[in-house]
Amino acid sequence: MNPTPILRVEELYKSFGQTAVLKGFSLSIQPQEVAVLVGPSGSGKSTLLRCINLLDPPNAGRIWLEQEEITAAGVNPDRIRQRIGMVFQDFNLFTHLTALGNVMVGLTKVRKMHKKEAHELALFELERVGLVDRAGHYPAQLSGGQKQRVAIARALGMDPHLMLFDEPTSALDPELTGEVLEVMQQLASEGMTMIVVSHEMGFARQVASRVVFLEGGVVVEQGPPAQMFERPAQERTRVFLRKIADLDERSR
Amino acid sequence: MEFVQKLVTTFNFIVQGLWVTLGVTAVALAVGLLLGISMAVLRVYGNPFWRTVAALYSVLVRAVPVIVIVFVLFFVIAGFVNLSPFLAGSLALGVASGAYQSEIFRGAFQAVLPGQMVAARAIGMSRRQAIQSILLPQALRLALPGWGNEATLVLKDSTLVFVVGVPEILRRAQQVSARTLEPFVAFGIALLLYLALTLWMTQLLQWVERRYRLQI
Repeated sequence: MNPTPILRVEELYKSFGQTAVLKGFSLSIQPQEVAVLVGPSGSGKSTLLRCINLLDPPNAGRIWLEQEEITAAGVNPDRIRQRIGMVFQDFNLFTHLTALGNVMVGLTKVRKMHKKEAHELALFELERVGLVDRAGHYPAQLSGGQKQRVAIARALGMDPHLMLFDEPTSALDPELTGEVLEVMQQLASEGMTMIVVSHEMGFARQVASRVVFLEGGVVVEQGPPAQMFERPAQERTRVFLRKIADLDERSR
Repeated sequence: MEFVQKLVTTFNFIVQGLWVTLGVTAVALAVGLLLGISMAVLRVYGNPFWRTVAALYSVLVRAVPVIVIVFVLFFVIAGFVNLSPFLAGSLALGVASGAYQSEIFRGAFQAVLPGQMVAARAIGMSRRQAIQSILLPQALRLALPGWGNEATLVLKDSTLVFVVGVPEILRRAQQVSARTLEPFVAFGIALLLYLALTLWMTQLLQWVERRYRLQI
């Protein structure tokens, strides 16, 4: 019934010094799925994303990306990361490059495209996030929401098969989160497979195909948003999601 | 009238050293830049072995008077390889400046926001690519104020090659002074030339700094 998963994470362990963050975490993501990860701070959400694209290699456990075991010995992580786009909480745009330059640099240096070709594709990606008119602006001249959209365009330029979002709207003023979520929603509707760490419950309800609740480095419960929000099986899930929903409401 | 005539002759003689002074400074700065950047990269991103090598270079060279390095290159090293006084002097200044520049660039690399490396790796760049195309351009900009200061120091330190007989401004002033017994005129001209050079260089560097300022 299920097609082959695009990503399979099996029994992942990751510690930093004495602190165990992931304790046997397993997850499987189907193509075109949008999984929203929620969980209390320190539950291992960001660590999981950084393990998946090998920025923080796991201590134990295995990860498969499109049938290839990327945790196997001898795998070049740089090659894997080209297939996995990542968007950070604090944008991390390259400060010395314009919006266009930020998207172009990966195209010319990593994908080895010619300048002209890279320029065209970079403009196309900026167009996708609605920022083609800001192509010549430096990060310092952009709003937070615009920076994050450039960061998304930069990741898209690498033609990723999977996109990871690490709290993409947490550093934004409330009135700027909308423009970023809209771009993400549009991506989802185009069929991009996405794993999103976010406490934007509105986004989770509307866009997620699955909500995954983590705590203590393992999955507590997961399911379609309706089920997770209306009738979660675990009491812990209900309490946490209620708390988040209340906070969400109060901030509106 | 005779005094003016003498002044012009003296000036014309000393000012020929201007190009030598500029040449020594340029070679020293270029060598120092190359050494400084490479050593800083090794120091910040290298493995423990290269880190130690870079640290030793910086600590040892900075512990020795520059003039001693000039002598070592001219009298010791030049015994093995053929080095003109100009080259020996400029290289010595370059080796010395490289140590100071490595500290400037080390600070600059460490001041680059940590997320920049992560973001570069996340789009599939290797560590080397990330250092080359993302971190280095930012570090260069961050280093500009400190580097400008070092550049004026090297310009003034270029007087040290005088001791191995390079005919730069100070050497020529000293020659004139010994011949004419008018140190006031000779060294006065030298002083004004250095003043003009340093002020010009400071202006130039400030322009570069403004042009390439990194906005964060």
